[in-house]
Amino acid sequence: MAILSKDEAKKIIDKVLSYSKADEMSVGLNGSRTGNIRYARNSVSTSGESDNLGLSVTAVFGKRSGTATINEFDDASLEKTVRRAEEIARLAPENPEYMPMLGPQTYLETATYAESTAKINPEFRAQAAFDSIDPCKKKNLTAAGYMEDSTGFSAIGNSKGLFGYNKSTNVDFSITVRTADGTGSGYANPDVTDISKLSTKASTEIAMQKALASVNAKALEPGKYTVILEPTASVELLQNMMRSIDARSADEGRSFMSKKGGGTRLGEKLFDERVTIITDPMNADLPLSPFGGGGGGRFGGGGGEGIPQEKRTWIENGVVKNLAYSRFWAEKKGVKPVPGPSGFIMMGGTQSLADLIKSTDKGILVTRFWYIRAVDPQTQLYTGLTRDGTFYIENGQIKFPVKNFRFNESPVIMLNNVEALGKPVRAGGNLIPPMKIRDFTFTSLSDAV
Amino acid sequence: MNRRDFNQLLGMGAAGMVMSNLPAFSRSVPAEALLEPGMDVSKKKRLADAALNAAKAKGATYADVRIGRYLNQFVLTRENKVQGIINAESYGVGVRVIANGCWGFASVGDARDESVVAKAAETAVNIAKANARLLTEPVQLAPQKGFGEVSWKAPIKRNAFEVPVKEKVDLLLAANAAAMQNGANFVNNVLFQINEQKYFASTDGTYADQDIHRIGPNFTVTAVDPANGRFSTRNSLSAPMGMGYDYLQTNPADKVTGVTTRYNKGYDMMEDIVAAAKQAKEKVSAKSVEAGKYDLILDPSHMWLTIHESVGHPLELDRVLGYEANYAGTSFATLDKWQTKNFNYGSKEVNFFADKIQPGSLGAVGWDDEGVKTKKWDLVKDGILVNYQAIRDQVHIIGEKESQGCCYADNWSSVQFQRMANVSLAPGKTPLTVDQMIKDVKKGIYIIGDGSFSIDQQRYNFQFGGQLFYEVKDGQIVGMLKDVAYQANTREFWNSCVAVCDERDYRLGGAFNDGKGQPPQSSAVSHGSSTARFNGVNVINTARKI
Repeated sequence: MAILSKDEAKKIIDKVLSYSKADEMSVGLNGSRTGNIRYARNSVSTSGESDNLGLSVTAVFGKRSGTATINEFDDASLEKTVRRAEEIARLAPENPEYMPMLGPQTYLETATYAESTAKINPEFRAQAAFDSIDPCKKKNLTAAGYMEDSTGFSAIGNSKGLFGYNKSTNVDFSITVRTADGTGSGYANPDVTDISKLSTKASTEIAMQKALASVNAKALEPGKYTVILEPTASVELLQNMMRSIDARSADEGRSFMSKKGGGTRLGEKLFDERVTIITDPMNADLPLSPFGGGGGGRFGGGGGEGIPQEKRTWIENGVVKNLAYSRFWAEKKGVKPVPGPSGFIMMGGTQSLADLIKSTDKGILVTRFWYIRAVDPQTQLYTGLTRDGTFYIENGQIKFPVKNFRFNESPVIMLNNVEALGKPVRAGGNLIPPMKIRDFTFTSLSDAV
Repeated sequence: MNRRDFNQLLGMGAAGMVMSNLPAFSRSVPAEALLEPGMDVSKKKRLADAALNAAKAKGATYADVRIGRYLNQFVLTRENKVQGIINAESYGVGVRVIANGCWGFASVGDARDESVVAKAAETAVNIAKANARLLTEPVQLAPQKGFGEVSWKAPIKRNAFEVPVKEKVDLLLAANAAAMQNGANFVNNVLFQINEQKYFASTDGTYADQDIHRIGPNFTVTAVDPANGRFSTRNSLSAPMGMGYDYLQTNPADKVTGVTTRYNKGYDMMEDIVAAAKQAKEKVSAKSVEAGKYDLILDPSHMWLTIHESVGHPLELDRVLGYEANYAGTSFATLDKWQTKNFNYGSKEVNFFADKIQPGSLGAVGWDDEGVKTKKWDLVKDGILVNYQAIRDQVHIIGEKESQGCCYADNWSSVQFQRMANVSLAPGKTPLTVDQMIKDVKKGIYIIGDGSFSIDQQRYNFQFGGQLFYEVKDGQIVGMLKDVAYQANTREFWNSCVAVCDERDYRLGGAFNDGKGQPPQSSAVSHGSSTARFNGVNVINTARKI
């Protein structure tokens, strides 16, 4: 039984803590059940399911810490694990950046769990795959897809009285549809907390439509173009930028948030005034784990130090409002610790993607970017390519598919060249608006489909 | 516990990225546990037979079992601090079967009892039978003779786990101090050590006990110019190797001197980090490249990644066939091109071979994860595409009678599938040194070390950066450049190869974490080459203002 209730988890954590002889001790208890199904060439290739339950104990003496893990829960095993963590801690080198553990915290009740997702079984997965493969077969298209569902819980506790528990579910689905002759390709990649909000058939139909529409792409010269970026395209660039929004590297002078002459760019206007990015664990469309810091993820899974997550504004009207501060760096700088953003919301407007296309004289619709890699962390310059459907827009209409481009662009420059923002939708565990961006830099052409 | 959970349980944000290298279901253990011998081979055979017999009794026409113990030690430091020491072990058994013409797989952690392993085998058969209902093409498994009870051990001189942790910490901290004394502002320095103890058995009659070792020292030195708000980094010129701690024993014969020192099978961390500190500073104020066409001279420490992306991946048969269409992508190197027997992948200078046997390489093993004895084979001969990388259930598609032996699973809990072998550029046949090569270049850039990399999903268009860029004018190296990246089309690029230095310059580079599959699995692979020259490649300037 991989999913323990709050009471069951607390009982085990309390027992572990009762064995402690260390100065401080923290316990993480995690369980998950994940299942997946994969298909390619219109046929299921692999499927599987796994249950895991694991306990981790961290013992601390002074500034020395040691961690031991186990997946057996009888008293003798728990006590043995505590002793082993203590033994490892005594032998560990001192960590001068060690921060004493937090005391009791109050956590939000976030809606990260959906019973419907927890009930997914192998038959459900097979049906989801069938619903995706079948329409493709009927249209002589080739489907390759993957669905992974996870249900889990995460509990944390420590010898200073902190305790937190969260249960969560998630489903990621991705589908690539290709034409039989390989000249067209389309993609969709929804993620949901609640499986009842996902239709593999509907997502596949989007990918099918893109595959058929992208056949016989024409080559355009590389250069600077006005682009409309679907959220599936822009998400990774934005995620990369948000992951780099860390105070310490900025203070150390090795970040795009570093200020010339020293310090950070906190408080500076770095982006177009329409750019506002927040995190909000209570958002109904994007519920997040209630604890963070040192590894607290969207799906629970630890929570590390157990800093409570709260609603936070990172960028407001183009101005940098918050940087992530580890507890060590926050103390050094005399500020409050701020866990890094995971699962952010970029505010937008009310326009749909279709509205953005309609208002465009000349431009390129990008449905997906791929193989994005950092080129220069100083300027947040990234390179990557368009993939699975890129289209030329003229006079408010999609005119024809175009060959894929390689880009070299910085999300910082991109968010200064905003023409319009649409209504945010969930993409890759974030809420992101479709965006119209001017002067986006494409540097070469690719023959890939 | 999965990898993500383990990261989070450790509660070490700084080490988070590093942790993702751990195998699935790893548990933290004391360092001494890494030297414990593990299960006796006779016990492994009993477990394996229990699984094979149970699978056959349930109706499997083929079965294999992998009993795996995966040991990892990571030492993580920055400047004068130890950020973490991770000792981890993952142990379990995976059983794969064919029943009703379909694959089935099941795995079980901590399995030490024959009945538990037999049950996993039965589950695998049940899964195969269930999936057979959706089957369109029954598995065609290339025949493979059994080898009986055999073993293979990586030719290491010193097991890294026998070296006290303190000795490793002392080395890393001394190196960091040397970097700081030579102008570095920051240093991150890590040491990865891996031991895979794998036992494979199949109904073909092979029982292979293998002991695989890998080591990967890796640092990044950062130099900051706060007045101008600029910074630069220089990564280590080490390679991850299929070696023991002997890789860290310096040896003059393993040094390649020149504009900067590079290393073959013995890495001098102290020397490299001092050079890195000076070069990171030099890079901050180096000349920004002028975009345009240049002849490129690519060092093996850089070349491995270009080979990996533009040759290794497109010649994986599962990509060619479309099995990776939804993730890693497909390939431009389609079967019809191969069938013409005259598809110019590269110029006549270009010969690529695949292998799982080069001593010291990350891919080297005795038998692959489906009991095939490993070997070496040609992929591109005198510029012409001649073969792919394929495994037992694929080789019939390319008319081969036996597998090439490149099947791999990253863990006992993962199902094995086709993974990249070592793919290497053969050295030139006529004597040629790097100095001789540079002497003929009028306008060129000499690139050392790997950097940024990106390639499209069919492996046509790529862009690569590097660690060190030197401008070459009229046969001379005239100074350092920065903001360099080159873009090319795979086929045009390899056809622009005009010379490859001879075998004296041949070295391996590689990666621990080549990703493929859903759920993703990682694999370690090396790529060898000598320095090579490419004419008229498009170089862009990557400097921007924000």
